[in-house]
Amino acid sequence: MSRLEQRFADLKAEGRAALVTFVTAGDPGYEASLAILKGLPEAGADVIELGMPFTDPMADGVAIQLATLRALEAGQNLAKTLQMVREFRTGNQTTPIVLMGYYNPIHRFGVERFVADAKDAGVDGLIIVDLPPEHDEELATPAQAAGIDFIRLTTPTTDDARLPRVLQRSSGFVYYVSVAGVTGAGSATNEHVEQAIARLRRHTELPISVGFGIRTPEQAAAIARLADGVVVGSALVDKIAQAKDAGQAVDDVLSLCSALAKGVRNARG
Amino acid sequence: MSQTHYRAGPDANGLFGSFGGRYVAETLMPLVLDLAREYEAAKADPAFLEELAYFQRDYIGRPNPLYFAERLTEHCGGAKIYFKREELNHTGAHKVNNCIGQVLLARRMGKKRLIAETGAGMHGVATATVAARFGIPCVIYMGATDIERQQANVFRMKLLGAEIVPVTAGTGTLKDAMNEALRDWVTNVEDTFYLIGTVAGPHPYPAMVRDFQSIIGKETRAQMQEKEGRVPDSLVACVGGGSNAMGLFHEFLDDANVDIIGVEAGGHGVDTDKHAASLNGGVPGVLHGNRTYLLQDDDGQITDAHSISAGLDYPGIGPEHAFLHEVKRVEYVSITDDQALDAFHATCRLEGIIPALETAHALAEAIRRAPSLPKDHLMVVCLSGRGDKDMQTVMNHMAAQEKQA
Repeated sequence: MSRLEQRFADLKAEGRAALVTFVTAGDPGYEASLAILKGLPEAGADVIELGMPFTDPMADGVAIQLATLRALEAGQNLAKTLQMVREFRTGNQTTPIVLMGYYNPIHRFGVERFVADAKDAGVDGLIIVDLPPEHDEELATPAQAAGIDFIRLTTPTTDDARLPRVLQRSSGFVYYVSVAGVTGAGSATNEHVEQAIARLRRHTELPISVGFGIRTPEQAAAIARLADGVVVGSALVDKIAQAKDAGQAVDDVLSLCSALAKGVRNARG
Repeated sequence: MSQTHYRAGPDANGLFGSFGGRYVAETLMPLVLDLAREYEAAKADPAFLEELAYFQRDYIGRPNPLYFAERLTEHCGGAKIYFKREELNHTGAHKVNNCIGQVLLARRMGKKRLIAETGAGMHGVATATVAARFGIPCVIYMGATDIERQQANVFRMKLLGAEIVPVTAGTGTLKDAMNEALRDWVTNVEDTFYLIGTVAGPHPYPAMVRDFQSIIGKETRAQMQEKEGRVPDSLVACVGGGSNAMGLFHEFLDDANVDIIGVEAGGHGVDTDKHAASLNGGVPGVLHGNRTYLLQDDDGQITDAHSISAGLDYPGIGPEHAFLHEVKRVEYVSITDDQALDAFHATCRLEGIIPALETAHALAEAIRRAPSLPKDHLMVVCLSGRGDKDMQTVMNHMAAQEKQA
């Protein structure tokens, strides 16, 4: 059983949803970012999405665009992101890490080398925004062959005719992008999310995590009543943007994470 | 190798060899697939083609002339140089050929809003123009740097009723405008048509834009046949994304005796870090929906392009060009800012034509090549756009040179 499967199975047994947190690797710098990463599980993150910075994040809103730029300016690159996971794994063997980003840096790094290094570093899953199932053979197939889950995004525009194709090779969990738009933009109504999850359930038995536009413990709690996982990204990343220094960035991200975790844990209570 | 080899692409997945494809976020995938279906249907519909032909003739003013550039030919003393006069089209460049096609498709699909990216502003102007003509609201994304250096086109777009959104992210040029247009599209999926201006982006854009531009080559073949009784010996066009070049080249790809030359923007030189020559100075990667040659660093981060011409200032190139480069059907060379400016001035003085700075790159290559070619060599240069928009850039450059002297 993969670390992602184990985590979602354990939480299902506990009767609660997972808090999935997104931060960009290397934001605001390597050391502070590693401190955030190491602190997230204790602050209540159940699954960690770690953004791989890319100069042209076409599907991201301003918050994550700026996070990406901060990380790149601080010298982050793909090799360092894998190193960060390696360092995290020396102290944590249970919290799944999903790398999220765009294809080009991996393409440049070399798919074969990337898959081997990522597996070795302790990466559990990949979300590659600009690799739809039409291009499965490029990365999804070799990654899954190496035991790394490939997590698909499904969206409000993914209709019933297309869903089976998108879900066919999904593993780990399914990420439902609850609004058509970029990260950090508006949020969906609970009714929309409820209907969307019901539709997805007809097509898959994988855990379903919902993201986009979830910023507060209250919103997280509302989604946690409907879904298997709640993804929060831009709100955490904004804490880094607003911090006076790296130390404050670490503290503020972790305290928002704790508050979100409380919301998620008490949601069904 | 079969005779139709080079013109056969793309395949059903939008691939030209290993280039092209559909590397987009899932939110956009259904839209991109829908567009491909709608375009296939439109292309086979005589009513659509008839209407397209009507607007090409009566609105754009096609066919435009294939003009014998007599004085430039004398000046070079070699090949007989012809200009395909795309700058005489309504709006002053080849861009409108594509915009008319796409706006008819947008209307057919019932879309209520157009978005576009623009670099030099020529595609923005052409989009704003067809948006006005068909009464569809339109939003143009343009890099803040480009807005600064293309004031005249910004004003033209405003006159035509378009909303201009300045993009400050990144270097504030074409690449960043395209990112922002994609962000708009992913947000407004219900009613918005993304009118891409070049032969790049996810399938079907590279093939569709090429098809709408291919009238350039088709007319050239007929006109050269009429004037000289044969096909040209060589074709020269500038390449940023590469739409005017694909438009001229595609018709002749399987004419083995026609030499085809694409001219990239060499900026300060391809051996420096200030150029926009993706084929001569880049490596394959994935950006903006397609696999193609990109300017990037060792970590796969996209690096800044540089060119004196805003329209060539893009770190990628259309995937069909990447394919034609790899199979060596087309020769891709580069021309520096200074060489382009020299050709710009020469064309002004010798032919009474003020070319766009983009076009000046093709002219520079023609001027470099022509002297060593025989006098019966027929060369066609795609005069892709007029230079009115570049007055400020050229003035600034001349002033800077005078200061240095």
